[in-house]
Amino acid sequence: MKRTIPLLIVIILGMMFVMHTFVPHKVSQDFYDWFQKWIKVITSFAIVLGVGSLLMVHYSKIKRKAPAWGYSWVTIAALVGTSAVGFIWGIDEGTPYMWIFENVNAPLGATMFSLLAFYMASAAYKAFRARSMEATLLLIAAIIVMLGRVSIGNAITHWIPDITQWILNVPNLAAKRAIKLGVGLGMTATSLKIILGIERTYLGGGK
Amino acid sequence: MMETIGIWLAAFLTLSMFSFLYKDNPFYKFAEHLFIGASLGYGIPYTFFNVFIPYAYNPLFLKHEYILIIPFLIGIGYWFRFSNNLSWLSRYPIAFGLGIVGMGVPMSIHAQILVQMRTMMLPLTNINLILIFIGTVSILLYFFFSKAHKGVYGKFTSIGIWFMMIGFGASFGYTVMARLSLLIGRLQFLLSDWLGLIN
Repeated sequence: MKRTIPLLIVIILGMMFVMHTFVPHKVSQDFYDWFQKWIKVITSFAIVLGVGSLLMVHYSKIKRKAPAWGYSWVTIAALVGTSAVGFIWGIDEGTPYMWIFENVNAPLGATMFSLLAFYMASAAYKAFRARSMEATLLLIAAIIVMLGRVSIGNAITHWIPDITQWILNVPNLAAKRAIKLGVGLGMTATSLKIILGIERTYLGGGK
Repeated sequence: MMETIGIWLAAFLTLSMFSFLYKDNPFYKFAEHLFIGASLGYGIPYTFFNVFIPYAYNPLFLKHEYILIIPFLIGIGYWFRFSNNLSWLSRYPIAFGLGIVGMGVPMSIHAQILVQMRTMMLPLTNINLILIFIGTVSILLYFFFSKAHKGVYGKFTSIGIWFMMIGFGASFGYTVMARLSLLIGRLQFLLSDWLGLIN
């Protein structure tokens, strides 16, 4: 009941979906439509996991008075405040909910990711010192692609955008294709392990 | 009025985030914690109005499709994840979600393996196609560990590393440029929308 039935659900549904792909029959399509309808209902409850997990982490920090526990109140207040605004005034264009998104979420997200430009530059300095043939190739490819994507590259020589395009279309494509093949084999193997009940970590611990 | 407040708020939060470049400080910590809370807070009503209401509430309570009580109850199983005694109930919605991996088997074989192999085996009519073929095969052989990487075979697999390094370099360069464009966007906001120094 606690482990076997969930395991059987995965095995049976997994097998049926494999068959669905190869058997384009109406019954098979109806089964797929039915599943889509049900899974949308089921997954709509999953956000509770995220909210519960975040609240538990920050409640525990506040309770223990862990270092920087005061900031946990900021997270909880932002979580409750933003969602309350969305529930009260709706989520359409022009609502306070969208105002928060445009003036809080969007600038914070963009700035957070733009900070990575600085850290990537310092990481690149450490990683790109041309100590071997491989590191040199990586360094040269990165510099050419970076120059080729901005106008200064074309100003230096019109060859740089052409070489950039060649790097992206030929060696980069070869690397991506080989990686995709590896990922595909890995995905197939993992999916088969799940369907056949060999991989069971998703069931979690306990009985 | 609200627009002006919004610009000042966004400028304050942008500068708070950038303050981390100096060192970790209370302004950065405030902005970071605010970002986490506001992001999830944004997701809750969004999921409620765009997923729960149209796919769960309306069909069940307005269209009276009572069969949907079953996935409704299965979905509630997620909530028991935090219970010590009843956490096993959360395995049911997870199991339903995982059932879809069955489609992943034929689809990943098709899209990630067969299509990639087919495009790799196009007639080798020009030098670029030959290079792509050699690159892909040499990278794949580099990850084949059942044969020792020695001699001619070892030399050939080392070509695979060169291709990978060029690919990683290109990906790195591309990512850096994407991050820089975000940085330029933030600087433009500060100098144009906030301070009005540039048009």
